[in-house]
Amino acid sequence: MGIRRTVQYIAGAATTLALLPQAALAAVATTEAPVGEAPVAEATEAAAAAAGGYVPMAPTPGKGMPVDGGIWFQDQYSPIGDYGSWMHDALLMPLITVISLFVLLLLLWVMVRYRRGKNPTPSKTSHNTLIEVIWTGVPVLILLGIAVPSIDLLAKQYESPPEDALTVKVNGYQWYWGYEYPDNGGFEVISNMLDEEEALARGEPHQLAVDNRMVVPAGVPIRIQTMGMDVIHSFAVPSLWFKLDAVPGRLNEKALFIKEPGVYYGQCSELCGVRHGYMPIAVEALPKEEFEAWVLEQGGELAGAKEEAAAPAAADEGEAEVTTEGDEPAAADVTTA
Amino acid sequence: MATTATPETLPAHDDAHDLHSHADHKPPFFQRWFMSTNHKDIGTLYLIFAIFAGVVGGAISGIMRAELAAPGIQYLGWWTSFLGGDGANFDETLHLWNVLISAHGLIMVFFMVMPAVIGGFGNWFVPIMIGAPDMAFPRMNNISFWLTFVAFCSLMMSAFVPGGTGNGAGTGWTVYAPLSTSGSPGPAVDFAIFSLHLAGASSIMGAINFITTIFNMRAPGMTLHKMPLFVWSVLVTAFLLLLALPVLAAAITMLLTDRNFGTTFFDPAGGGDPILYQHLFWFFGHPEVYIMILPGFGIISQIISTFSRKPVFGYLGMAYAMVAIGVVGFIVWAHHMYTVGLSVNEKMYFTAATMVIAVPTGIKIFSWIATMWGGSLEFKSPMWWALGFIFLFTVGGVTGVVLANGGIDDNLHDTYYVVAHFHYVLSLGAVTALFAGWWYWFPKMFGKMHSEFLAKLQFIVFFVGVNTLFFPMHFLGMQGMPRRYPDYAPAFELWNKVATDGYMIMSISVAIFFINVFYSLIAGKKAAPNYWGEGATTLEWTLSSPPPFHQFETLPVIDDKAGAH
Repeated sequence: MGIRRTVQYIAGAATTLALLPQAALAAVATTEAPVGEAPVAEATEAAAAAAGGYVPMAPTPGKGMPVDGGIWFQDQYSPIGDYGSWMHDALLMPLITVISLFVLLLLLWVMVRYRRGKNPTPSKTSHNTLIEVIWTGVPVLILLGIAVPSIDLLAKQYESPPEDALTVKVNGYQWYWGYEYPDNGGFEVISNMLDEEEALARGEPHQLAVDNRMVVPAGVPIRIQTMGMDVIHSFAVPSLWFKLDAVPGRLNEKALFIKEPGVYYGQCSELCGVRHGYMPIAVEALPKEEFEAWVLEQGGELAGAKEEAAAPAAADEGEAEVTTEGDEPAAADVTTA
Repeated sequence: MATTATPETLPAHDDAHDLHSHADHKPPFFQRWFMSTNHKDIGTLYLIFAIFAGVVGGAISGIMRAELAAPGIQYLGWWTSFLGGDGANFDETLHLWNVLISAHGLIMVFFMVMPAVIGGFGNWFVPIMIGAPDMAFPRMNNISFWLTFVAFCSLMMSAFVPGGTGNGAGTGWTVYAPLSTSGSPGPAVDFAIFSLHLAGASSIMGAINFITTIFNMRAPGMTLHKMPLFVWSVLVTAFLLLLALPVLAAAITMLLTDRNFGTTFFDPAGGGDPILYQHLFWFFGHPEVYIMILPGFGIISQIISTFSRKPVFGYLGMAYAMVAIGVVGFIVWAHHMYTVGLSVNEKMYFTAATMVIAVPTGIKIFSWIATMWGGSLEFKSPMWWALGFIFLFTVGGVTGVVLANGGIDDNLHDTYYVVAHFHYVLSLGAVTALFAGWWYWFPKMFGKMHSEFLAKLQFIVFFVGVNTLFFPMHFLGMQGMPRRYPDYAPAFELWNKVATDGYMIMSISVAIFFINVFYSLIAGKKAAPNYWGEGATTLEWTLSSPPPFHQFETLPVIDDKAGAH
């Protein structure tokens, strides 16, 4: 409709290339291979093979993304998502439906039964202590019934990941995401939204598809840390029941466990300026070995290698060096809380 | 609600006739409407202002709904050019979107709902219902109104000065730092902050005025526990305003100095914390939502009682439920911040505290139904709106119970589910109560009967429209569509289209409203003092319609022998 939205992505891609320290990733990023059900193009395969074999996974329609005209939660792929959606579907939703219908029925009943034609003389009743106690007490009991699983759900959401869990640091920028892997050498993957043509060419939903995804292992605990590099953003993936703000000057942390491999889409969920609606999230969960291959391909190192090292302290130092070497212009002037 | 005064015995009523020349002595036009000290005239000014602001805020949501009817960006570029920007610059058009969502929220909260329920109906009926001749501080009442007006002008001006990528403040009505500080260069956000300062000062003065009036100017025999529930609702609201707004003023003053004078209250680079702003904002913001709905509760109580010909059931429970809502409303604010990185204990506390609010709210819903139980119900137009209110507010309330759970909010936070929730309690709750009050008191205020048919037709069209508009937003939110997005994934298209259709239906109801207002003012029959009959027992029904310019020069005496409870 006369509005060009392509310039930004070219600029974004250029930024990506400039920021990425690893040539291998750059190769993948520039290839922009069509994936999906269509057979992968030869050139892509060649490039991918040269870079170590990683090809972005084709998303499964309806999995990890909204569905046409959907009226319910997206299918959940994390234990917390199972718990949360169970609590909503089995407890809250029936309860609020019954309460709403109960109030509606009472309204309809009094409208019919006590209309002026039927009941010309109003009663003088204006008190009934018993019923007032009941309609105060019963809601209290109902709310207690909700509070117990609700508090339990919160406790579960705050369970710390095991110490050796993979850490992914999610950096929110205006208006793209950066995924940093401090356990794997500290490289950062810059993730920009794909424009409509490109997303459709790759067989992905537009407004959700990105050039470089956040790649993580499936079936193992992950520690997500978020931080805003300019303003507040929010890292949200509905099908993983995960939402955590990325706030400048503060490192937020939360455990994530993805049950199975797949592509899970999300969107920035805190107003962050002009292109707030144009910085989607795509999480690609891979089997552990494939994830490790991907890490090596990015020029990163495996967390396991650290454990094997004779002097863990020395290895940590080495890691720290890698982190500082990485190009993080935006992160440099942010104070960590 | 507890008075036995009748039109025949009340001295004030005699005023309207015997002392007609004195009681109805009105100042000349300019003095009357621009330098007013009369609570009824100021109330009328507030109502006219609120209707105007409501049309502006509603038109903005029309632009938003048109844009969201289909995926892609269709109209924003045109609107950007229309407002003097560069429509071909994609970033500027997206900035306009953020300006629209911010303006819609600020206008509807500060310049539509609050002026209408507190400034309008509160000014009109609180003094009359307690048997007072006017408000305690008539001149302060006047400046309260004109500050609101100037605040609105300041907000409108902000749309025409630079606010970063384009003109206007694109920060959302919450004005979160650092988007509103380092993220928004240019004077637009300063204009918006100035607007909030003025609106806040206006509201604080209004609150002081109401509290003083209600505590000191009740007619002999009108004890606190005999005040009509609408007066109770305004009293509680005034306390909320008095306690909450200074916190907002502090927060936005810190924003202002962070923006202009190099302070770093909310900037981590200087030791500040962006989350501090959110705590301060929501410490105001949560009581604010009760400020918007409590007077509506009061209006609904009056209407239900009138058309059931029965005193309100559990009067004391109703009054103190509002007090409880007001008190608890101050200790639940961080449920707006579940995803910012609160500790688990904070989140558990705010989950539990938030759910507590459902208890007094439930008391109110059940007491309204119990008031009707055994009553003799007459279905005049305000009763239609009141019954609609009870149902719609219940639907909005129960989704609040869902969102209260911090663990569930992790999915629904900042999605359209939240948008659906707060529009059900505000757009469908507070606004429905507004229309109920409008048609309940319109003939009293303006002396002309309205068309019952049109008021009921408006209700039906409005009911269908707003439900079509807002119910699908629950679906969008559960599917994961975030708030404040000008464009969306194709999967969200269906329900966005339906919502836009609902907007169009709703806008027809607004047209019916205006037709009814103008028809009634021009051709309406003259209204009797008590046109609702014996169920209407509060003091405004003892006066003529409209009431004399000065009422109760001799105070009415409230006889408690036949007290209503």
